[in-house]
Amino acid sequence: MPRPALHLAVELDGDGAHPAAWRRAAHAPGELLTPRRLTRTAAAAENAGFTLVTLDDSILPPASGTDPVGRIGAVERAAFVAASTSVLGVAPVLATTYAEPFHVSSQLASLDHVSAGRAGWVVGVEDDPAAARAWGRPLVEGDGALAREAHDGLRVVRDLWDSWEDDAVIRSVATSRYLDRKRLHSIDFAGETYSVKGPSIVPRPPQGRPVVLARAGLVPAGLTDVALVGGPTAGETAAAAGTAAAAGAPLAFAEIEVALDTPREAAGERIADLERYAPWAGRSDRLRYTGSADGLVALLAELAGKVDGVRLLPLVLDEDLSVLSRLVLPELFVRRLATRPLPGSTLRTSLGLPRPVSRFAAGPAADADATAALVREETR
Amino acid sequence: MTRTDPTDVPRPDARLHFGVFFQGVNHWTIWSDPSSGSQIDPASFLRVARTAERGLFDAFFLGDGLRLRESEGGIHELDVAGRPDSITQLSALAAGTDRIGLVSTSNTTYNEPGDLARRLAGLDLLSGGRAGWNVVTTHNAWTGENFRRGGYLDHADRYRRAEEFLSVARAVWDGWAEGAVAGSAEARSWSVPGAVGHVRSRGAQFDVDLAPTLPRSAQGHPVIFQAGDSGEGRDFAARNADVIFSAHGTEFDDALAFAEDVRGRLRAVGRPEDALRILPGTEIIIGATEKEAEEKERWVRLEQVTPAVALGIASRLWGFDLSGRDADGPLPAEDPVVAAYTGTFGTRSVKDPGAVVAEWRARAEANGWSLRETVIELGPQRGHVGTPAGLAEKFARFARHGAVDGFNISPYLVPDGLDDIVDLLVPELQERGVYRTAYTGTTLREHLGLAPVE
Ligand SMILES: Cc1cc2nc3c(=O)[nH]c(=O)nc-3n(C[C@H](O)[C@H](O)[C@H](O)COP(=O)(O)O)c2cc1C
Repeated sequence: MPRPALHLAVELDGDGAHPAAWRRAAHAPGELLTPRRLTRTAAAAENAGFTLVTLDDSILPPASGTDPVGRIGAVERAAFVAASTSVLGVAPVLATTYAEPFHVSSQLASLDHVSAGRAGWVVGVEDDPAAARAWGRPLVEGDGALAREAHDGLRVVRDLWDSWEDDAVIRSVATSRYLDRKRLHSIDFAGETYSVKGPSIVPRPPQGRPVVLARAGLVPAGLTDVALVGGPTAGETAAAAGTAAAAGAPLAFAEIEVALDTPREAAGERIADLERYAPWAGRSDRLRYTGSADGLVALLAELAGKVDGVRLLPLVLDEDLSVLSRLVLPELFVRRLATRPLPGSTLRTSLGLPRPVSRFAAGPAADADATAALVREETR
Repeated sequence: MTRTDPTDVPRPDARLHFGVFFQGVNHWTIWSDPSSGSQIDPASFLRVARTAERGLFDAFFLGDGLRLRESEGGIHELDVAGRPDSITQLSALAAGTDRIGLVSTSNTTYNEPGDLARRLAGLDLLSGGRAGWNVVTTHNAWTGENFRRGGYLDHADRYRRAEEFLSVARAVWDGWAEGAVAGSAEARSWSVPGAVGHVRSRGAQFDVDLAPTLPRSAQGHPVIFQAGDSGEGRDFAARNADVIFSAHGTEFDDALAFAEDVRGRLRAVGRPEDALRILPGTEIIIGATEKEAEEKERWVRLEQVTPAVALGIASRLWGFDLSGRDADGPLPAEDPVVAAYTGTFGTRSVKDPGAVVAEWRARAEANGWSLRETVIELGPQRGHVGTPAGLAEKFARFARHGAVDGFNISPYLVPDGLDDIVDLLVPELQERGVYRTAYTGTTLREHLGLAPVE
């Protein structure tokens, strides 16, 4: 049986995954914050054949030592990238720890509209107390409370996406009605710390719901589309994907930090150069690959069939993205280990995910069935 | 038609500034016509923005509303509704346009300054200095049910919060010193040590402490617009705004009185009179002849105020359900009832229905109007109707007498409703020297002729 192809995602925030990546960028530091640079990086990712780019974010600047690095909000970057590309999926990080879930829902639904169905969402968490001060909100503290805010936020956001049925805009000239109010729904969310009324102000997104990605274990797997998993080794990464699937995650992507040999320098030398300024701290929930393009292809071949996709976090975008696009992705496509997204596809289609029906839609199915399906989904 | 002698007016060199207001929610955008397109498809937004840019407009505007409107006991069904988050939509338009300003209406009551200032600054950088922020508060606590904060703030506190919000936002935008970013990869750190300040603000509304994440854009800060008509709202504008989005642009005398009022308030706070641009919202209906324009207006009004729309407006005025009545017949014979609840639910609110109904009756009887005609004739005045040459004369007069600095135009059709204005009216204005013939700057602040940010 042919193994299902890997889905390929890449993280595009900043100049790369290393905190000192900007020192090896192919542009002056301030150029990072220009539309031209964003357009170029996104075009490189799209042309290389990635299905999805993710964009990290926080209200706090990413720190480099004690001095902040500039960063434009991920939703704004994602919308700009969506408008300057045609098949690339775009998934900003957004945390509902302090942000209003109502705004988060509108922003992501709008991103799905401006991208004609290419939006994703990486569910984030603001766990630094400085974020509470920057927002001017009471501190949310402890893993339990942070998880509760993430979970409640995700439920509100999803319900708001569902609050307009697909065909709520009827434009009935005969009855003079633009909307059918029966196809619009209050969500009446009442959580532990807040409530939200609804419906959304944004019509249902083209994908029904933008694709939700979340670190495995942060929120109930059944409420997400893609679990982001990893481990110190390929074996542990594959095992983490298995755990996520068992918990009900439709897809699991391995997170892999990559530093590749370039024509001029070995990956190890490139890392050593940057380590003079700041350490590249390892994370136990992420695999790290250092070496040749061939070696990365071999690693991905080993993971294919065990994970559904990978999210690559390149050491330095300007350097690694070019090796990925010249040597790694073409080889994966030739060997049918991965596929490029097809023009006109939504992100869900590219990922082989079904388009969800609104949980509020009465449709031809009986209400009771819809509720039963929801209960299954929520408790899986 | 006589042409105004440009030398005989207070502002002979006045130039009109046009914005386009892409309305998301109202009954003025005709959706029933076969030529009317999607209100949410990105292609509609791009088409309108690019047409406006072809017409050398200053700005593309989006409104804001954070709860779906309700009427007659449910979601309001009759009019266009549903719109994108404005900053997200405008960030996409930043990639698809070159020069036009991108203005987001964003509420100060249900946002936080650190977050909103950052989002606007991001839009400003992505657009090369073309961002604007139309600062609005909100009328109703009902909107608050969509937010963690709930109803949250009294009307009286909303401008206070807006003022404090704006001062935090400005501090965020000023947080980076000039040259704060390292010039090269060899520098000690990405940002020059000490060049990125901290914003600490402890006021009645906010207690925030944050490190701004962005440098200034090509125009310094996003341009500040204000929309709100009370004395408090006008004072807020006089102190804080670069542009007023007003509702006084149909009648010359009313527009001039509003402008004089605003100039008085500017003087009172010590700002120069030319520090603020006044752009009233308007609708423009063009015909090749006066007669054709009037016929077109009649069509537009009947499409906007359908029998159901007329009955809906009348129901909210009378205070009970009038659906099923004949909109093309006389006004209801019953007296209005004063509703126990005075909230607006985002739709029309009437303070003294008895007096309004009495006025409607008198005018309808005197003119022989049906209910629908009364709603059309006595509803909010909608703007300007005429030939391109006639309108150009009229607008030149408005501008040269200091009644307006331009208009924020709501097309009654999306996405093609600006075509006439750009193709027919703009050339007439250019011929009279009252409209630019090319963009001379790249930023919204430059388009509006505002002083640079200090
Ligand atoms: C021309 C105009 C346009 C407005 N547009 C919006 C809008 O898009 N969203 C919104 O929430 N409020 C909008 N407002 C409402 C004002 O921000 C304000 O909340 C309201 O006018 C009450 O303030 P006031 O008492 O000063 O008039 C608008 C007001 C005017 C006059």
